[in-house]
Amino acid sequence: MAPAVIVFAIYVVIPIFQSFWLSLFDWDGLSPTKKFIGISNYTALFQDEQFWTSIKNNIYWLILFLFGPVIGLAIAILLNQKVRAMRIVKSLFFFPFVLSGVVIGLVFSWFYEPSHGLLNTILGIFGLPQIAPLSDEHLVTFSIIAAGLWPQIAYCMILYLTGLTAVDPEQIEAARIDGARGLRMLWHVIIPQLRPATFIAVVVTVIGALRSFDLVQVMTDGGPFGSSSILAYFMFQQSITNFRMGYGAAIAVVLFLIMSVFIAFFLRHMIRNERG
Amino acid sequence: MFPAPIQEAPAAKRYAYYALVAIALIFWLLPLMAVLLTSIRSLTELNEGNYWGMPKEWKFSNYIEVFQQTPMLRYMLNTVIITLPAVAGAITLATLAGFGLAKYKFRGNLLMFCMFVGGNFVPFQILMVPVRNMAVRMGLYDTFWALILFHLAFQTGFCTLFMRNFISTLPDALMESARVEGANEFQIFWSIILPLMRPALAALAVLIFTFIWNDYFWALVMVQSDAVKPVTTGLSALRGEWVASWQLISAGSIIAALPPVAMFFLLQRQFIAGLTLGAVK
Repeated sequence: MAPAVIVFAIYVVIPIFQSFWLSLFDWDGLSPTKKFIGISNYTALFQDEQFWTSIKNNIYWLILFLFGPVIGLAIAILLNQKVRAMRIVKSLFFFPFVLSGVVIGLVFSWFYEPSHGLLNTILGIFGLPQIAPLSDEHLVTFSIIAAGLWPQIAYCMILYLTGLTAVDPEQIEAARIDGARGLRMLWHVIIPQLRPATFIAVVVTVIGALRSFDLVQVMTDGGPFGSSSILAYFMFQQSITNFRMGYGAAIAVVLFLIMSVFIAFFLRHMIRNERG
Repeated sequence: MFPAPIQEAPAAKRYAYYALVAIALIFWLLPLMAVLLTSIRSLTELNEGNYWGMPKEWKFSNYIEVFQQTPMLRYMLNTVIITLPAVAGAITLATLAGFGLAKYKFRGNLLMFCMFVGGNFVPFQILMVPVRNMAVRMGLYDTFWALILFHLAFQTGFCTLFMRNFISTLPDALMESARVEGANEFQIFWSIILPLMRPALAALAVLIFTFIWNDYFWALVMVQSDAVKPVTTGLSALRGEWVASWQLISAGSIIAALPPVAMFFLLQRQFIAGLTLGAVK
């Protein structure tokens, strides 16, 4: 067991503390000396407009990503039938999940491409106005979130499909006899029984939303004019592109603290389960 | 079963259902179909503006051209070199750790478990600067080892969570009886626990293979030369070079996606078992 603990400590646990420490320094990542500046990185951060844009976008991601579990459940219910070829249909719905962020980013960049992309071609067929999803600062974040939802919905769908197989058939029959159908049945009988699936779906969705980086980097590089930046990307940009490692660490600390709330919530739930 | 089985519904409703599923599926795969269609078009046709009409010729040679004109093959190979040892290493370490955490009660057991689980969820950015510096200091920056070691260590967290939960479900009586027979702890692990874990090992291997194969962030942070770049950052670099050649980028994207997708379709049951662990309980 020791080796696992050691490598995990070296690469994960200790770096967290090092980042906290580093966020108190001014450092370009190259020079041998770091200058201690206390909380200056944080005061600068809170006055940085780009920081607030990123936070705002992170909140959009968090809220809109919750459509993942909702749409995932809807598709799971649609597909929870034992008819021919259903297995392959389920796989086709699921497999965007195994695509890398780069591939998804490229697929959607092409889909959104303003002059020849399929989206505008379809809009054109219906006589709708053309849009430039990735260069319009009011649309860009939502367009990237839509791309991010694609694999996330797939993930939630599979969690719910598994959950649906475990729903107690006797309760469904009993509810049917009592006259419950459709949405009422879903709301009062099915969803309560899907709680474990919902819990995991929400946790992975929230964490996925806060972790997203690939799509922003691939699709827009945070642009236009920083309007689609999120904390994860902002941090990368400041440390790698602008050589402000201490400042970057401070951004990472903020992101980490936001995420800790959700991690703590998850751990608490897990420990409770452990203790039965 | 919920919803009510469609086979029992009247014919009209049944056909409406099939139609609905078909439409939903087409809508769902639309962005991907666009890429597939583009990947077999010729550049001249794209230049003429024939993007979505019937292609005049099916140009599968785009897939060969990607390999001839770009270092795509190198990138793919690099990804394999990074992924396989990392998967093997993480699973080995985690199996041992999972066994310890599941079957031995000691002080700090739960705390250690929480460390693995919690660490698994942290944002990469909080690790980035220190991990990158460590790689630079050890002279590993821009080598395969920088990525192999990081992925190995990080995935150990998720793998340990997975293994511990799986091993916990194996009955204690099995170990007890082996102990009575005089087997030592290592023999118990090797000849009793390990054989029972084959399905879990397969599930886990497929899952983290995909995670590591698809990694982009760490590849961006830890390596930069073409000789070590994996396919994710490679593909993204190609896009910068071949701005107008959507047919090549499309073909490249499909190639990069193929191994995990193939793995998923071949080992679907294991993959989903791994992913949904804990979703029913």
